[in-house]
Amino acid sequence: MNSPRQQAAAPVIEVENLVTCYGEQRILDDVSLTVNEGEIMVIMGGSGSGKSTLLRYLVGLHSVNQGVIRILGKDISKLRSGEWLQLRKKIGVSFQGGALFNSMNVGDNVCMPLREHTSLDERTMRIISRMKLEVVNLSGFEHLMPAQLSGGMVKRAALARAIVMDPTIVFFDEPSAGLDPVVASELDELILQIRDALNVTVVVVTHELESAFKIADRMAILDRGRVLMVGSVDEVRQSNDQRVRNLLNRKSAQEPVNADDYLRRLTGGVM
Amino acid sequence: MAFPVEEKDGFAVVILKGEVDLNNSPDARKVILNCLKKNRPVMVDLSAVAYIDSSGVASLVEGFQYARSNDLDFGLIGVSDAAMSVLKLARLDQVFHIYESLPERVGRGN
Repeated sequence: MNSPRQQAAAPVIEVENLVTCYGEQRILDDVSLTVNEGEIMVIMGGSGSGKSTLLRYLVGLHSVNQGVIRILGKDISKLRSGEWLQLRKKIGVSFQGGALFNSMNVGDNVCMPLREHTSLDERTMRIISRMKLEVVNLSGFEHLMPAQLSGGMVKRAALARAIVMDPTIVFFDEPSAGLDPVVASELDELILQIRDALNVTVVVVTHELESAFKIADRMAILDRGRVLMVGSVDEVRQSNDQRVRNLLNRKSAQEPVNADDYLRRLTGGVM
Repeated sequence: MAFPVEEKDGFAVVILKGEVDLNNSPDARKVILNCLKKNRPVMVDLSAVAYIDSSGVASLVEGFQYARSNDLDFGLIGVSDAAMSVLKLARLDQVFHIYESLPERVGRGN
């Protein structure tokens, strides 16, 4: 059953028939997905499923060659650079490794988008960045350098920077990866709080099941570049699709071995 | 957009309306600080605020800090739900003096 949030909201992100390749290899294969305003969409899949690639396309790090991605109603492949810049101000990204600038302290890292995109008074920018550090429980750490932070603190600093411009959409790449369960859970709570307080649309790429079930309004399950299913947490839990079941049960999918193909791979086709 | 100031019950009441964001928060900041620099006690009316972003909240923080440093009264009145959720996220609801209305503030005396 859809929640009222899902039923009432308008699409913020629309992906239609996206196909992407690295060289000859197809990474995303006819991916279609809609993310509605104010919802938390978790994109889930095992390693190599294409979820991080999808994220990179959604945030505009790669150009779309086949298919369509619309963000806030705009086809991103047709945007001029100035239009992209305007759109990017409405997007926050928290990268897997934090992507903090090592030469800047935490406060300057968080302040950087404000310095780049606004002409606010310096004092106002400082107050905003400290407010965001309060939100992520990093108050008092603004003078530390990234190298002095723990893994969880790096993630939280990256989150503070991702929301410093009060974005409409926030993307998270593996927010819980590498964190202990308690810190990971705190980060999940933070994502929920931010969504509820600011009504932002959130897209989370993760392979952490527990985290996904805790925060998702809907989930998209990817497997080898294709969308297996999109549904609520309950719908995913109750899925009878064997590949979804394998993911939930943490079983690797064992494909039947084709002897000819296997030998060709091992020998390079030369005997 | 200029934010109006009304003199009521001994307070300068700064009325913020609609969306307070990067486009107009510098105006809000200027109006609030101007009142305080005239040594006026300030109440900021947030009842008609549909959205306030972090730059708007930062203007309130700056006003509050100035007021405290100069021993002036500063509070928020009629905080809308939209504004309150933003204040709560940074726990600023526990920092500002918040009143339902100006009469409530006046009723509390000095």
